[in-house]
This record gives sequence, C-alpha cells and structure tokens, in this order.
Amino acid sequence: MNQVHKPNSFRAGPDEDGRFGIFGGRFVAETLMPLILDLQDEWTRAKDDPAFKAELEKLGAHYIGRPSPLYFAERLTAELGGAKIYFKREELNHTGSHKINNCIGQILLAKRMGKTRIIAETGAGQHGVASATVAARFGLPCVVYMGATDVERQAPNVFRMKLLGAEVKPVTAGHGTLKDAMNEALRDWVTNVDTTYYLIGTAAGPHPYPEMVRDFQAVIGQEARQQILEAEGRLPDLVIAAVGGGSNAIGIFHPFLDDESVKIVGVEAGGKGLDGDEHCASITAGSPGVLHGNRTYLLQDGDGQIKEGHSISAGLDYPGIGPEHAWLNDIGRVEYVPIMDHEALEAFQTLTRLEGIIPALEPSHALAEVIKRAPKMGKDEIILMNLSGRGDKDIFTVGKILGMGQ
Amino acid sequence: MTARMEQRFADVAAQGRPVLVTYFMGGDPDFDTSLAIMKALPKAGADVIELGVPFSDPMADGPAIQLAGQRALKAGQTLAKTLELARRFRQDDQRTPIVLMGYYNPIYVYGVDRFLADALDAGVDGLIVVDLPPEMDDELCIPALDKGINFIRLATPTTDDRRLPKVLENTSGFVYYVSMTGITGSALPDPSLIAGAVQRIKAHTRLPVCVGFGVKTPEHARAIGASADGVVVGTAIVNQIASSLTEEGHATEATVPGVEALVRGLSAGVRAARLAAAE
Repeated sequence: MNQVHKPNSFRAGPDEDGRFGIFGGRFVAETLMPLILDLQDEWTRAKDDPAFKAELEKLGAHYIGRPSPLYFAERLTAELGGAKIYFKREELNHTGSHKINNCIGQILLAKRMGKTRIIAETGAGQHGVASATVAARFGLPCVVYMGATDVERQAPNVFRMKLLGAEVKPVTAGHGTLKDAMNEALRDWVTNVDTTYYLIGTAAGPHPYPEMVRDFQAVIGQEARQQILEAEGRLPDLVIAAVGGGSNAIGIFHPFLDDESVKIVGVEAGGKGLDGDEHCASITAGSPGVLHGNRTYLLQDGDGQIKEGHSISAGLDYPGIGPEHAWLNDIGRVEYVPIMDHEALEAFQTLTRLEGIIPALEPSHALAEVIKRAPKMGKDEIILMNLSGRGDKDIFTVGKILGMGQ
Repeated sequence: MTARMEQRFADVAAQGRPVLVTYFMGGDPDFDTSLAIMKALPKAGADVIELGVPFSDPMADGPAIQLAGQRALKAGQTLAKTLELARRFRQDDQRTPIVLMGYYNPIYVYGVDRFLADALDAGVDGLIVVDLPPEMDDELCIPALDKGINFIRLATPTTDDRRLPKVLENTSGFVYYVSMTGITGSALPDPSLIAGAVQRIKAHTRLPVCVGFGVKTPEHARAIGASADGVVVGTAIVNQIASSLTEEGHATEATVPGVEALVRGLSAGVRAARLAAAE
C-alpha cells in the first residue's frame, strides 16, 4: 500500500493462471491439461523443498560448473573505446550453453513425477544436446525433435545427441525449423502423455513452463549481479542478451528488473531485414496471437496463420517469443531491438579475433548491439552481456558463408 | 443450445439411432469443391457437419488433417472464407447443424466479437476449439454461449472424474469424447473401453456424448454407435478426399462422389448400431 500507481515489482509475475498482463496462459488440448496441472503442483512443491534445491545446487556446481565466470573483455572494450564490457560466460557451462541450467532442473522434476521418457524440441541443437546429456546422466530414454533444415545446418550437435544415446527425429513439415519441431513434440506428448515428460527448452509454452524455465535460468542473473558488484562495486548500466524464445535473456534480466538504474535490452533476429518475411523479430515486427500454449507476440498474417521466420542462427529461428518478454516490452521495462544476419556475423568474427572466444551465432546478435552501443557510452559506464553459448556448432555455417576452407 | 442442434439430436434420438457427425476441412482442395462436399454430406446421411478451419500449426492433428489444412491454405482458404462456406450451405439447408472446428489463433486475430457476430449470421451452431481448455473459458467460450452459439468441449481419457465436472461445466450442444490420447487419425481402441468411458461421462451430464478419433469404417461406426449418442468421422473423409485428387492436389470428378459413397456407408453403419445392440 506504500507504493501507488507502480507495480511493487516487475518480478512478481505470472499470476495464478500463468498470465503476464494479457500474455501467457494455458492454451493446450484437454488431453494435456491434467498433466500440466500436475506439473504445476509438482513444481510448486519442489521449489520450496530444501532437498530439491540442494540437489540442483550440487549438480550446478559439480556437473554444470557453476558459477560461470564474469569476464571483463579488455581488448574489446579498448577497441570500442566506450563502456566497460563484461561477459557472463554461460558458454563455459557443460554442453556449451545456458540450456543445461534448465535441463537439470526439469529432469529432476520429471524424476519426481515418475516419468520414464523424455522428449524435447531443439533449434540450434543446444537444448537437444543438453536434454540428451541429462537424459544420459539420469538413465532415461530421450527423443529430440529437430527441424530437417536445422539437422543439416547444425550437424555437429546432431552427432553429439546421437552419441549421447538420444533419438533425433527430423521434422520435415513447414520450413523444418524450431516451430515445426515444437508441433511434432506436442503431438508426441499428447500421444504418450502417461509416460512422457516434455522438456521445453525455452521460457515459452503453456504455464508453468515460462515461469519454471525462467526460474531455472535466473541463476545466470543472480550470479552475474553478485559478480559485478564484487568486480565494480556497483550495478551495470546496461544488461543485454539475445532473444529467440528468450530463456537466456529472461535468465539474466529477471534479477535486474527491479533495479531502476539498469537499462535492459533484448536483441531479436532481424535476419535479412524487417521489410519482408526473412526475419524472426516477433516483438519488433509481429503482433499478439496464440501459439504453442501461450499468448505472445508472433509473426503471422492477417488470417492468424503463423509465418516461417528466418535467421542465420537456428536458435533464434522461431516466430514467437516467451510471454514474459512480450509483457516486459508492453510495459516498457525492456527495450527490444533487431540485429541483422550480417551484423551478427561481423560481431562473431570480432569477438573471435579480439578475445579468442568463438561465440555462438545467437549471442553474436547481442554482441552486435553491444558493438553499436558501447562507443556511445562513457568509459565509466558498464555493459553486462550474456554470452549464452559457444560457437563450435556454427563454425561450418560461418566458414561456408565466409568462403573459408574447402 | 441452438434450436437447430437440439432439434437434430432429438429427431435422431427419436429414430432410435446415434447421430453421424462428419468432419471435413473447409477449402480442401478448393472453395467450390469444398462447398459441393458440404452440400453432399446431409444427402449421404450426415446429421451434423463439422467444418474444419485450417491453421498453419495444427498441434493436435495427425498427418492427414495437417495436409488437408495445407492444401486449403494453399488454395487461399481463410477463416472469413470458411464462414462464407457456412453461409452458402445455409442458403439451401436450414436444418443441419454446423460446428466450426479449429484452433484459437485465427479467431483471436479475426477478433472474438466480430467472429461471433459473423458466425451467427452465417448460420454456425457450435464451435470446437482444440486449444481452449476450460481454464481459458473467458476467451471465447463464455462470449459464445452469451450469443447462443454452442461451445463443444473435448473430453479425453486423461479427463478423470475429478476434472470432468469442470470440463462439462460450460459445455453445450454435445460432448465430444476423444477415444484415445493422441492425434487425429490414430487407430481405434477397443469399443468396450469406449463404452465404459461414455457411461462415465453420461453419469456427469445430460448432454449427448459423441465419440471420435479413430472411427474409419461402417463397422467402427456401428460398434461405437452401440454405446454413444453419436459417432464422429473425420480423418477417413479427409483421406477419401486426398485419394481422389490429382498429383498437383486438384479435385477430380471422383472427389465429391467418393465422399458421398463413404458417408453413405458410415450412415448405414450408425443406422445398424442400435439394431445390433438390441439383438
């Protein structure tokens, strides 16, 4: 009651129906509804259970390698001549991206629920690899749905998943990308609902997934907040991350949402430009709609048919975005901007040459925005960027575009 | 409940047989053929028509209905044109109930109020929207009921006795029991299991219970019709249409008659259902 006309917190959502403002919700077939309610109950119990928390922390420390380092990018900062740039090094996690944070959390829930089979969808293959990894670690069979286009452009990750014992099912419907993989995973789930746990990789889908995935990923921002306070004695001026479905972004954003001095920017895939359909900028160039269990911003036509997006990065190649991002955009707390394929590609090369870090194409989008903004900021200002994944999986795609090698 | 739906179920019940509900995809393979199919259905013995609204991402449908939706969208079908199909059908047939079946996004983007007004005007009697469970009733179900359009809900094997009252609460017209956990077009489970499930639902509601998912032949229709108030056939009709098309997906002279022949057989199946049960 002591604060009027302003939400007490930007971190209180979603409400009990899973809504962030008008976004979110539970738009699923009746077959899945009882399971989603069970999942919500289990998740509510687990998050207050000290044993669950302890197991999560133990696996985080000894299996994932948490906390991930906060790294001052000295050479990049000097080159750009403006704000000090820090990276949260999620690419150093086991399996090479932030995706494992969520997978460990959800597989512990799957075990608690007595499920005996794991399914997942994947775009870039990072979530597929992380899912296959935790399935191997916990001895559960795992099926990963992956668009046929992505199977081709992310071949190293397909190989990794197979080595880990997962079955990779290529999906040829549509453009054969992440959206189509998610449709197929939902069809599997609705058919095998008794035995199967659907391990969703991003902070989207029906409630409670957006909240649950965010909470598993919020460890990124919680650590980074403490690390930057230790390194600089203050909070950053700008926090920035790439947004496809938006799990790495919500993970680093969420602990900073109530820090008024911190500006927050999410970077969408602008693809080949926003004029045509060759992009995945759901917030910048989309409109509200209902897909895959939630209401959010979508790329769609006037009849409500979902469009196929495009991005050089398979991980951002999705025509929607997590519902909490849609809400954060509408209330003005987070700014969302597009970065084009060629800008991400340049940023990828810059980081590789200047810092000796090969980033994934997804965080290369965030990096391109950092490269635009840092020179315009003062030398006493601080940027924190989520370096969410490593680029090993992308070297062949990039090599081909740059005409390197054979 | 719209008068038309209530009347149809009452009339068929008076004949001592189950209702035959037939599904096809609006606009598959093109608008005109689709209208001809729709007009042929009641003549072949269909009692209720489920008119599919194509959607780019039909998460609960099997390959047959996915492909039908893609053919329709490719031929330029939209929600507005699907309403136009209903309107044109209604000019010649004031008695056969029409139920629109699809996903929420095209309706949401069209605008719920505008959609309900246009659907009512086109002579639509009910809606089945796969991705709107009772938890989301404020979105479309309540506004539809307020306008006098039935909101028909799916009940599934995962809908247990604890949940059933919630599912039935705002359901009207009839209850659509999905015979299995899975997507449309899968194999039909044991009819005796289905009979048990129908009895379970009927203990909670006075609405008619129709059973679908997996009903493909007159024998299926007859077996299911022995216990249910109605039988829903979808994928078999969609497959029949698909098998009649040219390689490019265009209609042929066999398209409409093929559907008619199939539905006539299914109709004979439901008409034999209670006779069989009585024997």
